[in-house]
Amino acid sequence: MSKMRYSRRSILKGGAAAAAASAFPAPMIWAQEIKDVVLRQAGTGVSAFNDVAAKVKEDLGFTLEMTALDSDAVTQRAATQPDSYDIADIEYWICKKVWPTGNLQAMDTSKIANYDKIVGIFRDGKLTPDSVIAQGTAPHTVGFVEGPGSSTFVQEESGWMTLIPTIYNADTLGIRPDLIGRPIESWAELLNPEFKGKASILDISSIGIMDMAMVCEAMGEIKYADKGNMTTDEIDKTIAIFTEAKKAGQFRAFWKSFDESVNLMASGEVVIQSMWSPAITAVRAQGVPCVYQPLKEGYRSWGGGIGLSAGLTGLPLDAAYEYINWYLSGWVGGFLMRQGYYSAVPETSKLFMSEDEWGFWFEGKPAQGDIVSPQGQVIEKAGAVRDGGSFENRMGKVACWNAVMDENQYMVRKWNEFIAA
Amino acid sequence: MRRDHLNSWLLATPLTIILTVFLILPILLIVAVSFWTADEFSFRPDFQFGNYEYLLGSAVAWKVFGLTMLMTGIVWALTLVIGFTVAYFLAFHVRTLKWQMVLFLLTTIPFWTSNIIRMISWIPLLGKNGLVNQTLIGAGLIDQPIEWLLYSSFSVCLAFVHLYTLFMVVPIFNTMMRIDKSLIEAARDAGANGFQILTNVILPLTKPGIMIGSIFVVALVMSDFVTTRFMSGSQLANVGRLISNDVGLLQYPSAAATSVILLITVLLIIGAMLRIVDIRKEL
Repeated sequence: MSKMRYSRRSILKGGAAAAAASAFPAPMIWAQEIKDVVLRQAGTGVSAFNDVAAKVKEDLGFTLEMTALDSDAVTQRAATQPDSYDIADIEYWICKKVWPTGNLQAMDTSKIANYDKIVGIFRDGKLTPDSVIAQGTAPHTVGFVEGPGSSTFVQEESGWMTLIPTIYNADTLGIRPDLIGRPIESWAELLNPEFKGKASILDISSIGIMDMAMVCEAMGEIKYADKGNMTTDEIDKTIAIFTEAKKAGQFRAFWKSFDESVNLMASGEVVIQSMWSPAITAVRAQGVPCVYQPLKEGYRSWGGGIGLSAGLTGLPLDAAYEYINWYLSGWVGGFLMRQGYYSAVPETSKLFMSEDEWGFWFEGKPAQGDIVSPQGQVIEKAGAVRDGGSFENRMGKVACWNAVMDENQYMVRKWNEFIAA
Repeated sequence: MRRDHLNSWLLATPLTIILTVFLILPILLIVAVSFWTADEFSFRPDFQFGNYEYLLGSAVAWKVFGLTMLMTGIVWALTLVIGFTVAYFLAFHVRTLKWQMVLFLLTTIPFWTSNIIRMISWIPLLGKNGLVNQTLIGAGLIDQPIEWLLYSSFSVCLAFVHLYTLFMVVPIFNTMMRIDKSLIEAARDAGANGFQILTNVILPLTKPGIMIGSIFVVALVMSDFVTTRFMSGSQLANVGRLISNDVGLLQYPSAAATSVILLITVLLIIGAMLRIVDIRKEL
């Protein structure tokens, strides 16, 4: 059907073009038709930047429409409304939930130019050959399937990828060093009575339970076999410890959106809480001291990627591959690294960053000059060092990946009870 | 006669269609979905009572329903007292129609901004380092900031009263304006004092306005989830948040069952209120 349309249009364009089009159809069609392609990307707010959409239009010619939703809403949409998006920008744990619905299609890694340069975390799970794979839904465990149309995850690089990794980071607790006034070294500090009425945790069950587990384990109360896949007994114990703390008035509030966490911290309502990297930057941008505190038990990490809707075929599918290749080719990586995230292909991102930026964000070196956000705000002065240091230092100390548990429904009910308690 | 008959049918048709398509059908759908089964993230048609069994057997759900009713009761009483007083002042103490209208419009000013902005604006006022605490500390009245001003039941209640008092003022003011002033003169001539006029003449005649206002407030507070989330810092639960949590986690059947129970509860309360005052007769 579509072939017919292209050739008819080519003929209308005149003899020479028609001859060229029939001899080398693909590039001509590409150039003519690509401008009409609109790819709809639905995803979590973390990577939905208008700058990216604008750059896609400039570099690739087609239109990328982005919708930003919270993780629950994205999961819901990816699982129930496959026709409402072409590209799903989701996290790996969401992929574990959504993939079995058959709404996404596996991607042929042979069409991905920089596949070999993607960091090990997303391929064999290892950052360096001797890394130990952390608990939880590690990205590589849900990164590959047997082949097109398959819903079975495989543990080796099968050539069919579920998500192309886009960004990832290592999360920890955010603190107000000026209001705490002493070193913080352990996740256990979140429930330290010293911070009664000044602590907060995020009210997103799937991530909140992991932060809870990091705390309970650090306190020595519970030893988990796998924090990313708890037994009902472990869930009960974890929630019980936090319910007791909640009743004792440990928490000032719970937060659900990025801005809430920024407000709690910047206003001083809270001095220690679960936080995301750009929220720390946002607090600092207001001139308020805030540290993304590295803790001895390690980080809770997460990774996002883009998946293709099962309904994507023909030219839009080609455009989507083009988009993915562009995504990994460096510009976006540099852009995201300047936000404090990591890119899936650091070596291409390096080409789009200054030496000082690369040193500060990736290598953990002291900044030589001002470090500027992609929006042009100065966020760090010369001499500053990134909290947690270099890429290897941060991503090498992941204790647990964001996950979805077998006992997810049970956990969610318990979580609701915790909020209502 | 026949023509009139046809005309009234035609006139009623647009509303009937709108209500059927946008109100009755969705409610029926929700009732139907509440009997479905759900697993992790898919749900399928079924007819089972598991969602209701879980809900009615859950101590947390009972507690949350109880808290929601309690909050509704408190907010209703406060908005009624404040709303009645404001309407009374406007209707009987302000002499000229012009000033009545000017002052009435003033009461609607808070509604010129969005609900969310009005709620969030409490935070710099009531927070630990907010204006109220700073003023009190500055005046030497307290040493430590008062924590329960924000992210507490108090702040939720305060926000509700702030948001919904207008819904009481408007209908009460409206009915008060329609009270024949000669009735009040007659009562005064018959020797009634101000308080007796209020309780024996004005109050009974404003009952329909009070009822309409009460229905608004009860329905709004019972079904709220945003105010409770923001003003309690997510620490308090109400029925609306139970439903929104379920929806967020794709547990539609469970959310539908909770919605059905909530709908029945609200209808029962409003039914009881209408038993006390027959709005149609009184209007």
